[in-house]
Amino acid sequence: MKEFLLVFRIDAAGQQSQVSPEQMQARMKLWQDWMGSIAAQNKLVSSGNRLTPEGRVVKANNVITNGPYVEIKEAIGGYIIIRADSLDEAAELSKGCPILNSGGNVEVRTVVPMD
Amino acid sequence: MKEQELIPHLFRTEYSKIVAVLSKLFGIEYMETAEDIVSDTFLLAAETWGLKGLPKNPTAWLYTVSKNKAIDFLRREKLFTGKIIPAIKPESISPEHEIDLSSKNINDSQLQMMFAICHPCIPTEAQIGLSLNILCGFGGEEIADAFLTNKETIYKRLARAKEKLRTEKVEIELPVQSEINSRLETVLTTLYLLFSEGYYSTSKNTILRKDLCIEAMRLNLMLIQNEQTNTAPANALLALMCFHSSRFEARTNQNGDIILYEEQDESLWNKELIEKGEHYLNCASTGTRLSKYHLEAAIAYWHTNKKDTKEKWENILQLYNKLLQIEYSPIAALNRTYALAKANGKEEAIIEAEKLGLSDDHLYHSLLGNLYSGLDNAKALQHFKTALALARSGTDRSAITKNIDRLNS
Repeated sequence: MKEFLLVFRIDAAGQQSQVSPEQMQARMKLWQDWMGSIAAQNKLVSSGNRLTPEGRVVKANNVITNGPYVEIKEAIGGYIIIRADSLDEAAELSKGCPILNSGGNVEVRTVVPMD
Repeated sequence: MKEQELIPHLFRTEYSKIVAVLSKLFGIEYMETAEDIVSDTFLLAAETWGLKGLPKNPTAWLYTVSKNKAIDFLRREKLFTGKIIPAIKPESISPEHEIDLSSKNINDSQLQMMFAICHPCIPTEAQIGLSLNILCGFGGEEIADAFLTNKETIYKRLARAKEKLRTEKVEIELPVQSEINSRLETVLTTLYLLFSEGYYSTSKNTILRKDLCIEAMRLNLMLIQNEQTNTAPANALLALMCFHSSRFEARTNQNGDIILYEEQDESLWNKELIEKGEHYLNCASTGTRLSKYHLEAAIAYWHTNKKDTKEKWENILQLYNKLLQIEYSPIAALNRTYALAKANGKEEAIIEAEKLGLSDDHLYHSLLGNLYSGLDNAKALQHFKTALALARSGTDRSAITKNIDRLNS
């Protein structure tokens, strides 16, 4: 079994700014059900973290920009780490991710173990 | 209480208290001496009480006799160490040293003993055995019965663990404040396993099983009564134990066979324990960390009301989702899938169940048998038959057979 990082990208421009508590709760449920399903298969390594939309991009020569949207339209909304036999299986597990319902996508990457 | 019952009863309640106080006084390397002194005291009680009749206050008698025996031991030790190896623990070998068997010192000593026994250097199974032996006054035979093994294995396990406590020079004391939380985690795990050993054991000795649960709760309560160890997870664990044990009378029949949750007579559920569970669950809702005990206690709370509602099963599903993210276990994975069936329907749950990868587990096939019942009875039957072939305990097999009969009728 290898470990895979799932990065959730959201369409930063297309995000609704106002979300009602009910919508928030409904969204949370979708995420919890999806992560619970992966965990029930004993394939969740880390529940990872969610990220707020604001950020800074730091470049050489003391250049700091309000980012990261300047260069990319999509922003990273969060990540988790899962366990799977192959990249294909990891991609298969990502198909149920709720981010896909709101115009986002999941990037699946193989983790290189550090010894 | 009759005399024949009195001594075993006092042994259960007093043995561990005196052992804890004396071990604390002598130091852990003399724990076996402390046990010998208390065993001798009980032996003497059995002899003299039978001849001369019961003393006015049997407990006080036991305390006095064991105190005297302890002082004798300390005198002998002083003689020995005074001549041969001076300067060993001089403070502990003074016969004038107060042997304090007040309830406060008993409590403190037992609590400190709990931390010594649940030291990370002791394997978990031995921690449970030692707890039963030293903190709960269980004999080797009873412990062997609870673990479904033989006395010799238990004696060896206990001796090895005591040796380890000696060689590692584990102190009988509360850990320093900065270490309390991490050390408490081991203590809670041991209490949790001690309780589970009683609650889920396949041993048919229901009295013994109930005793294990009561002891786990008593020790848990000691943690809560001490300011330093009264943490949110400790309260959550006690809440969990209260909710589970509220069903004790309802979950076995007269032969000691398990009665499944669905078939239990709710009027036998203990309301007082359910209320206590709610109280401790409220006490647990401080701090920011959600422990697995919080989640399990909350799941157990929802089970104290048998009525099926969408809200109940949705809540249970979400709690299992969180629990599995903290710690995977096959039983939690199966229970989550059951909750999913109750909340969202069997079809969705079947798809999820088949992803679990637990096809060696009879409970997995029982779950699928249950989910397919009414949708595809042929498949249901097939799963129940596989479950029957995999199940080992008589209780499991009879529950599965009942399901097969139901489908065939």
